[in-house]
Amino acid sequence: MALTSALQQSRTILRNVGQNYLKNNVRIFSVSPPVPNKKEVQVTFIKANGEKIKAKGKVGDSLLDVVVNNNIDLDGFGACEGTLTCSTCHLIFKKEDYDALPEKLTDEELDMLDLAYDLTDTSR
Amino acid sequence: MKTSSIVSVPKINITYIFCYKMKSKLWLFKRLYSQQLPPSPKICIVGAGPAGFYAAQHLLKKIQDVQVDMYERLPVPFGLVRFGVAPDHPEVKNVINTFTKTAENPKLRFLGNMTLGADVSLEVLKKAYHIVLLSYGSEECNQLEIPGEEFKNCINAKRVVGWYNGIPKDRNLEMDLSGENVVILGQGNVAIDVARILLKSVDELRKTDITSYALEALQKSKVKRVYLVGRRGPLQAAFTIKELREVLKLPSCSTIWRKEDFTDVEKHIPKLKRPRKRITELMLQSVNENKVVEGQKEFRPVFYRAPSRIEGYNKNKVYMKAIVLCKTILEGDTDHIHKMRAISTEDEESIDCSLVIPSIGYKAVPADTDIPFDHNKGIVMNQHYKVKKGLYVCGWLGTGPRGVILNTMNGAFEAAEVILKDISEGHLTNEPKGGFEEVKKGLNNQVVEWKDWLKIDKVEQEEGAKLGKPREKITDLAEMLKVAAS
Repeated sequence: MALTSALQQSRTILRNVGQNYLKNNVRIFSVSPPVPNKKEVQVTFIKANGEKIKAKGKVGDSLLDVVVNNNIDLDGFGACEGTLTCSTCHLIFKKEDYDALPEKLTDEELDMLDLAYDLTDTSR
Repeated sequence: MKTSSIVSVPKINITYIFCYKMKSKLWLFKRLYSQQLPPSPKICIVGAGPAGFYAAQHLLKKIQDVQVDMYERLPVPFGLVRFGVAPDHPEVKNVINTFTKTAENPKLRFLGNMTLGADVSLEVLKKAYHIVLLSYGSEECNQLEIPGEEFKNCINAKRVVGWYNGIPKDRNLEMDLSGENVVILGQGNVAIDVARILLKSVDELRKTDITSYALEALQKSKVKRVYLVGRRGPLQAAFTIKELREVLKLPSCSTIWRKEDFTDVEKHIPKLKRPRKRITELMLQSVNENKVVEGQKEFRPVFYRAPSRIEGYNKNKVYMKAIVLCKTILEGDTDHIHKMRAISTEDEESIDCSLVIPSIGYKAVPADTDIPFDHNKGIVMNQHYKVKKGLYVCGWLGTGPRGVILNTMNGAFEAAEVILKDISEGHLTNEPKGGFEEVKKGLNNQVVEWKDWLKIDKVEQEEGAKLGKPREKITDLAEMLKVAAS
């Protein structure tokens, strides 16, 4: 889930499901303004209650890096610290962004997603 | 979120006094002036496993002025992350870093070597704290209740896990691994973990934090075949796909399914949801690759069989010969496959084996007689985490043993939210409480604090480094306490 230039001008919906999604859905949008020649991407996280959190990440960072580096206030994520062995990080992308992600899903990633709440076809 | 402003009672209230319109908050003024400012909440969490730590994390984040004391029976923290997670799953244990961060918050105090019901009673805790949150997990194994269960080499999976992971009371477990066939009863992830540890190459395990005595025993192990027996069918299998895929990929081990178990499975696939569909497809794919390879170990899942009795030579019930299983059929609504139940028939068959490992779930126990307890379900009675005024439960103690860390985390956060809501309503923190200072008065055992655990942690890591492992766990209680006191 590295941030790439493909994401720079696109919108991403992410969802943190470290909470009961029925009550506390966290949706995260990323609206990245064009940043030519700068290797920084702006990501906007939108929580379930509508709260927006803007953060910057460098191209090549994972979105978990963005959350951690910016100390973003989400409840419960990254239990396994990005080693693909838990399912506390769950992102939901817009179809076009999902399709544009350069790293395709592995079986192992799908296996973890199968345990996540509120799984969608564009979940990562 | 909103809760934080509601809950930080003392600070916010002071702000309110000076900047809020008198009219709208008159009742609040009355309350504040008629009595002293409510004291900051003193919260006690019993059990330092994932549920306790996640609840603590959430409470510390949402309440500015709070004292959270975390009591733990053992001198070491992390519960099942240390003692349940398989040694060859080190990534899952990364969550320890998050828990450590929580523990290092000055408002949290770890109090190890403190047993509820023995060193301290619930009554004392209730008196000393505004809130008591029980999160000490499930620890009693469900019994098979079949003849032959008393064979020495019929050993519950929980004890086997405790043995290789170094739970003090299981360190001296005597398990005879000199036979070729092992039958594990149950098909959950604990069952798969145990199977994998028995089937995996010792050289792989050597690099993990598995206990040295377990490693030594596994090195001498003659186990060649591990059966994983379930009462229901492939469509109801309890293991998760990650664990299944891992065992399918084990080097020098073949997975052999019984083709007849899969007769009707394929036709159900189109109507399955994605997770169940993927795991079923993985099984079917593996069924087609069934092959016994000379010299390899074998993993043999068996469906539609329930344990009936264990047979062997009667003398001291030491020599086990076989387990007799009866065939089952499924009953119930075929539109709700996962809810179908297994009914035993009189058709029997047996599998030769010299070790039986039941892995059929756990029950919690009431640590203190004052805990309202549902003995049938093996959980603390609760309504959405609330047991009674000021008393709460989270984790497996309140739900029964199910789910992965994600589910425990969610539950703990939800429980913390319930507590926050109750605090915000102001009925819990009316009077000052003594907290640990008060509990301490009646204590006569050595309390292991966080700084003491860090000493244990350091010794374990140093000892591990000498052996090329991440840590060599101290498994003897007395030694833990000695290092802690050093």
